[in-house]
Order: sequence, then C-alpha cells, then structure tokens
Amino acid sequence: MTSTPSDSTVVQPSETDGEEVRKGALARLVRDPQAVITGSILILMIIAGLLANVIAQHDPNEANLYVVNAPPGTEGYPLGADQAGRDILARLLHSINTAVVSALIGASVALTIGTAFGLVGGYFERLRGVTEWTFTLIMTFPGILLLILLMPLTGGDYRATMLVFGVLLSPGIYRIVRNMTVGVSRELYVDAAKVSGVTSSRILRRHVLSVVRGPIVIATAFLCGTAISTQAGLAFLGVGSLSIPSFGAMISEGFRNIGLAPTQYLWPALTLGVMNACIVLFGNALRDTLQGAQPKAQKIAVAKLVDGFEADAESEDTPALLSIRDLGIAYPSPSGALNEVVRGVSLDLKPGETVGLVGESGSGKTQTAFGVLGVLPNEAIVTRGSVRIDGTEILGAPESTLRKLRGDAIAYVPQEPMSNLDPVYTVGSQLVEGIRVATGLSKREAKSRALELLERVGIPDPRRTFDSYPHEISGGMAQRVLIAGAVATEPKILIADEPTTALDVTVQADILDLLRDLQQEMGMGIILVTHNFGVVADICSRICVMKEGEVVETGEAIDVFANPQHEYTTMLLNAILDEDTVRTDPPVSVGKPTEGASR
Amino acid sequence: MTTPLLEGRDLKVSYPVRGFRRKPIEIVHGVNFSVAPGETLGIVGESGSGKTTIGRAILGLALVTGGTVNFDGRDISHLGGAARRALAKDIQVVFQDPYSSLNPSLTIGETLAEPLIVQGWDKQAATKRVLELLDRVGLPKNAAARLPREFSGGQRQRVAIARALAPEPRLIVCDEPVSALDLSTQAKVMELLLDIQREMGVAYIFVSHDLAVVRHISHRVGVVYKGEIVEQGPVREVTTHPENPYTQRLLLAAPIADPLLQEKRRADRARLRQTQHNQDVQAGAA
Repeated sequence: MTSTPSDSTVVQPSETDGEEVRKGALARLVRDPQAVITGSILILMIIAGLLANVIAQHDPNEANLYVVNAPPGTEGYPLGADQAGRDILARLLHSINTAVVSALIGASVALTIGTAFGLVGGYFERLRGVTEWTFTLIMTFPGILLLILLMPLTGGDYRATMLVFGVLLSPGIYRIVRNMTVGVSRELYVDAAKVSGVTSSRILRRHVLSVVRGPIVIATAFLCGTAISTQAGLAFLGVGSLSIPSFGAMISEGFRNIGLAPTQYLWPALTLGVMNACIVLFGNALRDTLQGAQPKAQKIAVAKLVDGFEADAESEDTPALLSIRDLGIAYPSPSGALNEVVRGVSLDLKPGETVGLVGESGSGKTQTAFGVLGVLPNEAIVTRGSVRIDGTEILGAPESTLRKLRGDAIAYVPQEPMSNLDPVYTVGSQLVEGIRVATGLSKREAKSRALELLERVGIPDPRRTFDSYPHEISGGMAQRVLIAGAVATEPKILIADEPTTALDVTVQADILDLLRDLQQEMGMGIILVTHNFGVVADICSRICVMKEGEVVETGEAIDVFANPQHEYTTMLLNAILDEDTVRTDPPVSVGKPTEGASR
Repeated sequence: MTTPLLEGRDLKVSYPVRGFRRKPIEIVHGVNFSVAPGETLGIVGESGSGKTTIGRAILGLALVTGGTVNFDGRDISHLGGAARRALAKDIQVVFQDPYSSLNPSLTIGETLAEPLIVQGWDKQAATKRVLELLDRVGLPKNAAARLPREFSGGQRQRVAIARALAPEPRLIVCDEPVSALDLSTQAKVMELLLDIQREMGVAYIFVSHDLAVVRHISHRVGVVYKGEIVEQGPVREVTTHPENPYTQRLLLAAPIADPLLQEKRRADRARLRQTQHNQDVQAGAA
C-alpha cells in the first residue's frame, strides 16, 4: 500500500549470509557435485585415518627386517613395506592423522587470532594502528625458515610447530576480517544499533560476525591445505621428530629409495596430492555457494526482440522528431515467462520541446528512455511497438546504425554525473575522446571544441576543469561536463534521466537553466525523466505520466497541472507538499513519565 | 518558552583525518540551537553543509571538538560507554537510507527487539512490544518474522521509525528520513511522523535538504550553510521572509509544482542572483 510492489525488488541488499540464506547455502552445497565428491573423499580419508589401527595390522613404527622393501601385496603388508621394514599402509593411514591434526591446529590458531584481532582492529579505529603494525610484522617473518629455527623451542613436536605456523598464517585471516569489519561498521544499521545502546561486543557478535562468517569459512578451507603441505614440507626436509609418520617423511624416504622400490614414493605423494586437491576444490565449491557467483557487469547490447517481432507499420502522421508507438519492454522472470515493465508506451517529441516523463520508482520511465537510446540491459527484450527517430526505425536496427544515431542525433545525460565519468582519465580527455568518435575531428580541433563547450555550459575556468580528474570537481560541475559532452554534436534529441536528482536545489536550478538555454540555442527536443513535479513545472512543455509501465496521462504541462484527468495524476499532485502550508500546530508536550527526567 | 530539551551551544564538530598526528578537519563551526519537548527543529542545508554532521554529533556518532550539547541540562557531547548507552532510552534516530539502516540478515522482529533487549526487557515483553510498535507504524503483525528485503522502501522506513520509537524516546534525530522515498510514500511517512509526535510529545530534529518537507513538519527552522547556521527562527518567518542571502537563494531555487508560478519564481531568482552578484562586486571593489 505504501509503495509500488516493484519497489522492493529494485535494490537488493548485497548479502553473504542470513538465516534463510544459510540453510539455502547448505542445501546448495549438497547439490554441487564438486563439493559432494571432494567432501566425500576428505571424509573417507579422515575416517580411514581414525581407523588406522583397525585397518592396518602393524604399528607404523614397527620394523621387521624380513620384509624390508617388500612389494605391494605381501601378506600383512598390502602396500608393501619400506626400507626399514615398516608397514607402508599403516604409515600412510597414520600420516593422514598427522595431516589432519596439523590442519586443525594451524587453521584454528590462525582463525582465532586473525578473527579476534580483525574484529577489534576493524571496529575500534584507535586500535587499528597497533593491530595493523603487528600483523604486518608477522607477515615479514620468513615462515618455513622461522619454523626450522624454532625447532629447539618446539622440541621437534609437529603440533608445537603448527601452533607457531598458525600464528604466521593469521595475518591472512586478520586482513579479511578487518576489511569486512571496516565495511560493516560504516553501515547505517550499525550506527542505529549504537544509538539504540547496544554494546560494542554485542554489535560485533550480532551485526559484524554474521557478515564476516562466510568469507572466513572459505579462507579456513584454504588454510587447512596450507598447514598440511607445510607440515609435509618440514617433514620432507627431515625437520622434527622421526617417530611421527607423516607424508613428508614418507616421501623423503621413498625418494631415497626410488631406484629400488618406486611405489614407496608413489603412495604418500598420491595421498597428499589427492588430499590437498580435494581441500582446494572443496574450498572453491564453498566459495561459490556461500558468496554466489559474483554479479557480472551488465552488458549493454542492441535491444533483443521477441521472436517474430515486427515493427509497427509507419503511420501517416510522423512529422515528429521522435515517435514511440506502443513500445513494450520485458524482462524474463525466474520462471522464464516474460514480465513486461513497459507496456505499450506511445510518445511524440517535436523539435524544441521538452517532454517530461514522470512517474514513481518502478513505473518504467527509465526503461522507456533506455529503450529509445537502444541501451537496454542484455536480458531485456522488446516485445512490441516501434521507435522512430526522424523516421528511421531503431528497433531491430543494427548496432552500426544505432551508434551513428547515438553519436549524432541523440544524446544522453545521466542521473549520477560522478559515476558516468571515468575516475582514471581527466575530464578533458574523456570529452575529447567522445567528440572525436562522434565527429571525426582531429585531436587539436576536438580539444578546442571541448574547451568551447565547457565555457558554454558555464564552467568558470574551462582550462582548469579540462585538466582536472573527476574527483577534483563538484557534482554540479560534473553534470555540466556531461551536458557539454552530450551537446557536443548538437544532437536533435537529448534524453536526460533524472539529470538533477543527485544535485542540490540551487545547483539543480542552474542546471535546468542551462538545459533551457541550450535547447533554445540548438532547438533540441528533450525527454526529461523525473519524479519531481517541480522540475517538470520548471522546464517541460508537455507531460507524460507513467504508472506501472503504462502512460496514464499525456498533455500540455499547464493543463495537466491545472486540470489532471487521471486519478493517479491527481493523487501524485496531491501528494506534493504545498508551498503555502507551514506547520502551525504548536508543540504538544505529553512527555513520558518523569522517571526519565529524575536522573 | 519552556526549558529546552536539547541545546547546542557553540557546537564544533570535526572529522578525524587518518594518519599520525594529523589534525581533524572542522566541519561544523560553532552552531547554536535548541529544541523544546514536543517540538520539531528543522535543519535545512545542501550537501556538504554539515547538517547531517550536526545530527550525528547529537547522537554521539561524530567527534565534538568544541562547545556543548546539553540534554536535560546535562552536557552529553563527550559521553562514552555506558553513560552514552543509557541515553538510548531518550535519544533515537531514523536514518535516510532505509536499505542500509536495517541489517539484511536479521528479521524485522529481531531488529526491533534489539534496543529493548539491551535495556533489559525480557523476551516475552519485548515480543509483545514489537507487535505494538509494528501496529503503531502501520505494518502487519507477520512482518516481525520477515527479512528487510521483503519490504519496500517506505515499509522499511516504517520499521526504522518503529525501532526509534521502541524505548519511547523524548528526542528523535531524523536524518533525511523521506528523501529516498517516492512522492506518495513520502507524504504517508511524514503523516506518520506528525501523528506520532502529536500523540507522544516526542521532539524531532529533522535534517533535510528539502524545504517543502521541512516546512511541513517543523515548528522552527535553522538554515545551515558551510558549517554554520546562517538563519534560524519560526518556520513561517524563515520560509516567507528570509533575511540571509543564502536562504533567499535556497528558497527561490526550489521549483514549485505549478508551471505558471514557477515561471515567476524563475524570474525572481534571476533577479535575486543579479542583485546579489552586484552586491558582491561592490563589496569586492570597496
């Protein structure tokens, strides 16, 4: 009742988590074959490791000189025995245990330290300097070398080594958590929680942790892999206790024995390889399900037409500069059916006139404008109608025709001036590029034209603005720059999509004045998409009121304001806050019971 | 006039700059204002003027580097920790953006219950209160179990208002609460805010860039320009006979939704601009 239903679907908050999403994530994970296969292999390995003493008939360190270098298949030694006569299967299974314990210790230490300090450093700005410094310092330690040097301290126990290694891994987690925490703590809902009297620790637990949880889970999977390979690497180098069976030690021994019994080398290498591959692949699957596929940049393409589309036949009365007839634009819904957001819009634009396309969010006004520009998002489908510019049908026209039209006959001024300028290039170079593409002028000519235009749109010091980067100019200036770019080719049609919505009122008034002047000078037809009736009253000669994809009323601006025909228009006009009514009722003071005041 | 509920005296607010021993940048340069119980003080200004920062300073979310903010006669500008949290009972907020002001992963019920639970309400009483609040702001009871993404902008803003009302505060800082909403939705949310004020006697500090909105809801208005309140007074006086040149420009810049009147206003604005320009030139020459 309060708003159009499409309102809620327009902006989807980005989220990585949430009660429902989490349940969904698990379900999705189970359906992902990569996760299922790698996960099952890992679980099988862990179970085999736990059952090591049951499966293998010998102790991993039990040496039997009668079976030295026994081949696989020897009775009691299914995978054979090594050069000391120890059961390779038993050693392999116990190595799995060593690897799992290494992963658990390394990852949990890194996770605990990294998360705790990441939350603190991210949330409490004052402490960030200290945590940042500390973790940068930790990162500079040469990992494996340090672990070897610390051998006397750890006593060769791989568990103690992994404890230290966990600390060395923690900066990775710290950085992830700190970055996300900084992001979340700028969210308004965290501010609102602070104002509600929620303690910092509760905010961290409830609002921040829920967001960082997903990425941490993913990072942990990779940490486990790193811990296992590092432990194996150290054991391969012969660092640490020799009595602990481990992949590294086994590979090392097999390596020395490779000429006599090559399979001794094969078994541990294979198991370690499979284990690590599974962890990495499982981590990737986890990332895909928890974070979802990253949203792709929306591709803009020539409007797709519905099958069997035929532009409406040309009608007789087409003196208009731009003539839209019965335009329909649809988006496929998840079920595959087409959902029309623009439903049979018709509109004419004559040279020198400004038509206001007015409506609330979700009314299809911007989609209509994009349809005319031929820059609809890739999924959009044109279902019906016709759009003619100067008599040329643009629906179904090839990209080359459209590009020529866009450069020449039709130009666009966007809502957000800042996001329509590339921050990497100077304002001038962007203008020059646009002018050169559209007109084929030389670089020098284009530059002088750009400077002329900047002056024309009322920029006080054109040369300085020309050399500025977008972040160095204000929003109002940026909008002037974009207008300069748009009118560079003296287009016949200018489509302005909420050109002043992001600007202050005083700047808005200036920009509207500028558009009016330019129009008089060049005789452009302007389509102005807006939700602001004040702007419409200021600049538009005709109005098109849109509601849920349809035009409900069209007419001369003066008539529509004075005498709206459609009840929706009337409702909108009534919702405008009257200039003359100011608040007159005096403040009431009911006040709450005095317990508040007695403090 | 009654004793003010909240009073800012020579309030200076700064924004900390990253880096070792760097001085914070002052954004609000010593402003004075006051709100009586049950009253609305409108704060109008353009982007970057510091109007939002004033609101954040009152809420304890910005760095106060000078002056005082007195609530109930007590300076609250530098309260920290538990003392600040205790104020949550009296001072609340409604932010502009209804999309980022609600945690997307908490249900509406959880969001609304949070301020109550941290104040020591038991779960049952809090649940009951949440339903009352939903009813008060015109949302269905089943909204409590749903997530913010299921709601439109206007409905989310109702949730944000309900959250602010939860502890029955005496002052709510409204930071552009209707700017992100459609026209028809905006009117309804404004009506709700007015109703609540008349019923509960809560005071508002209403920050907005939109004069029409401020005019509608405020008893008194302060106009902020470049970190200073350049003009302040009863709403009718400030918005019909502005004295400050900036206020004059601001008023004439806002377009009226009537083509004929707007044409006249546009001419007035052009004239005013010329006059002010001439004055500036003269002042420069003198």
